[in-house]
Amino acid sequence: MSVRMEKVGDTGLQLPLVNMTPGALLARLALLLIVILWTVPTFGLFISSFRDKDLLSFSGWWTALSVTERGEAARTGTDEDQVEEDGAWFIRGEVFPAGAKEVQAFGIRSTEPEAFAPGAGADLGDGVTLTVQADGRYELRSPVEFDMRRGRRIYFRAAVPPKFTLANYGEIVASEGVDQAFINTFTVTIPSTIIPIAIAAFAAYAFSWTEFPGRQLLFAIVVGLLVVPLQMSLIPLLRMYNQVSTILPFFEAKSYAGIWLAHTGFGLPLAIFLLRNYIAGLPKEIIESARIDGASHFQTFTRLILPLSMPALASFAIFQFLWVWNDLLVALVFLSKDPDQIVMTSQLRELLGSRGDNWEILTSSAFVSIVVPLVVFFALQRYFVRGLLAGSVKGG
Amino acid sequence: MERLLNALAAIVFGVGVMALYFYGSNWLLDRLLPDRGLVDGVFMSREKQRERIRPWLFVGPALVILGIYLVYPAVQTLFLSFFDSNGDIFVGLKNYERAFGDSRFLESIRNNILWLIVVPTCSVVFGLLIAVLADRVSWGNIAKSLIFMPMAISFVGASVIWKFVYAINPDIGLLNAVYTGGGNEAVDVMQIPFWNSFFLMVILVWIQTGFAMVLLSAALRGVPEETLEAARIDGANEVQTFFRIMVPQIMGTIFVVWTTIVITVLKVFDIVLAMTNGNWNTQVMANLMFDQMFRAFDTGYASFLALVIMVAVIPIMVVNIRRMNREEAMR
Repeated sequence: MSVRMEKVGDTGLQLPLVNMTPGALLARLALLLIVILWTVPTFGLFISSFRDKDLLSFSGWWTALSVTERGEAARTGTDEDQVEEDGAWFIRGEVFPAGAKEVQAFGIRSTEPEAFAPGAGADLGDGVTLTVQADGRYELRSPVEFDMRRGRRIYFRAAVPPKFTLANYGEIVASEGVDQAFINTFTVTIPSTIIPIAIAAFAAYAFSWTEFPGRQLLFAIVVGLLVVPLQMSLIPLLRMYNQVSTILPFFEAKSYAGIWLAHTGFGLPLAIFLLRNYIAGLPKEIIESARIDGASHFQTFTRLILPLSMPALASFAIFQFLWVWNDLLVALVFLSKDPDQIVMTSQLRELLGSRGDNWEILTSSAFVSIVVPLVVFFALQRYFVRGLLAGSVKGG
Repeated sequence: MERLLNALAAIVFGVGVMALYFYGSNWLLDRLLPDRGLVDGVFMSREKQRERIRPWLFVGPALVILGIYLVYPAVQTLFLSFFDSNGDIFVGLKNYERAFGDSRFLESIRNNILWLIVVPTCSVVFGLLIAVLADRVSWGNIAKSLIFMPMAISFVGASVIWKFVYAINPDIGLLNAVYTGGGNEAVDVMQIPFWNSFFLMVILVWIQTGFAMVLLSAALRGVPEETLEAARIDGANEVQTFFRIMVPQIMGTIFVVWTTIVITVLKVFDIVLAMTNGNWNTQVMANLMFDQMFRAFDTGYASFLALVIMVAVIPIMVVNIRRMNREEAMR
């Protein structure tokens, strides 16, 4: 009995692989299944963004590594291309660049596109034969001189080998302005992260370590503002921006400064709340000794509090960065859809509407937009988790 | 290159103005109220006066911005909800009356309630399941990272990702590939009456489960090992230990997670806008509000809808903030 207990206590819940119970095995399988289910959609997008755009809507991304078969058609050359050899006339060419695909069967009528095997001669009448090789070369042979202004149709089934390309990314940069949207997103995100943090940190310090009338009441109001959903603010703010822009000519209703301030306003209550909790928890002795040494509140804050609060600042910074980067609503309201202001999320939404069938553009744009948050997430996961924990279960 | 420089200049400008304010205002304060130095052999400092003003320099920007961006608009929205579509003519409770005859509004309420039941519940259940399972395997942390990953992706990005699952073309959409593989005709899941909303909810569950998992996993680690051991000695099996010991111990965290997701759900907008734009009876409150504001340009009705969202959010937030403060006090 005592041996059993000790064993349970030592290994905890992690049973060694050798004497794994059916239950433990089931648990592993269940977890594996869930992880696969959760990862597959993102993985599919990732794979799709590197696939050839012709293949993308023709075969599922899950077949990306296998050979795709599909029906195609091409046209031969005309009588201008003919050459005479040994008393016969030939028109030669390729139905696709040699070696790019493999012809598996071909035909001369659309109703029978796979009538002949590659290398076999198809009789076109009047002694004319057509031969299509597996590598895509074709040959028209006629005993008499050709007289045709248009080439003949060749129908064939081709096996297309897997092909991965960066062309989709090239295309979105060249024609869809995604590179500009990418820069715009940074222009929105960086100040929208730094400004609220700095303002909140100063306020949090004042709320925790200085004395001024109404301190408690004002802080209570700030916390109370956590309940205001940003939807409540949008309509009046939009009206206000429009009115101000008609009065002041240099102030535009849709501007970067406008969205920075909006994000600052929406992020401040949480930022002040979290940072105050952290800054108020710093050891009293350090701050008081700094004050006794004659440091002003400003010096105490910049030289002492800021460095000490770095973990809390970083946590909130990541949180706010991801929030702003991923935001669509605020961007739609406070920025125009012009190329010099549109952000990634807004651009993606436009593409979903107008280019919903151009999967190659969608995949690569979407991937560009999610790669930055993913990098931030994986690089700074520890801080991110800490920020989440701080925001929801304090002291967790 | 030029665009990059423009962006950089804008960023430096924005951050610079703010830095300038804090340094400038404090420098100015020190200049305007300098120490008087030795007066009649006594050092006269005006530090007290300076440090009485300084807190206001610190909280000033926060208070001004909060006033302009949250307090004023919230009050204004309340007013606007009693006005007509241009916000000029007082119409009393007309917007409120209109809502009850508006089939789109009732549809949004119905859908929002469905979302509120399904998404938080599924996210918490999955999150808890994964947290428990991942703690038992050596690759648990990798599994958790992968499941947490969607949290970093925008709702629009997630919508594109899920287009590749839901697309009607069986060569694009994974779901239809499986479905037609079974010999069925391809279907557009976004147009299946009633169930289409559930397909949208799957996307949000996919995003929020990671969040639930991380918080619940941390809470589970906090359950004292002695309690678990005692339960096992008393003969409780794994399942009993889980439901009778672990779950009751982390009830507080489950509540926090559940309410946080409820608030996210109440504001969900991007997914519906990107996937269906509220067509085929999938409308939700936040998207309806956006629709009224920017396509119908009906300020009064949109304000009323914003108010509905706020009224739904307030009680949950109040409970959450109270909880956080209580835990803070106990720390």
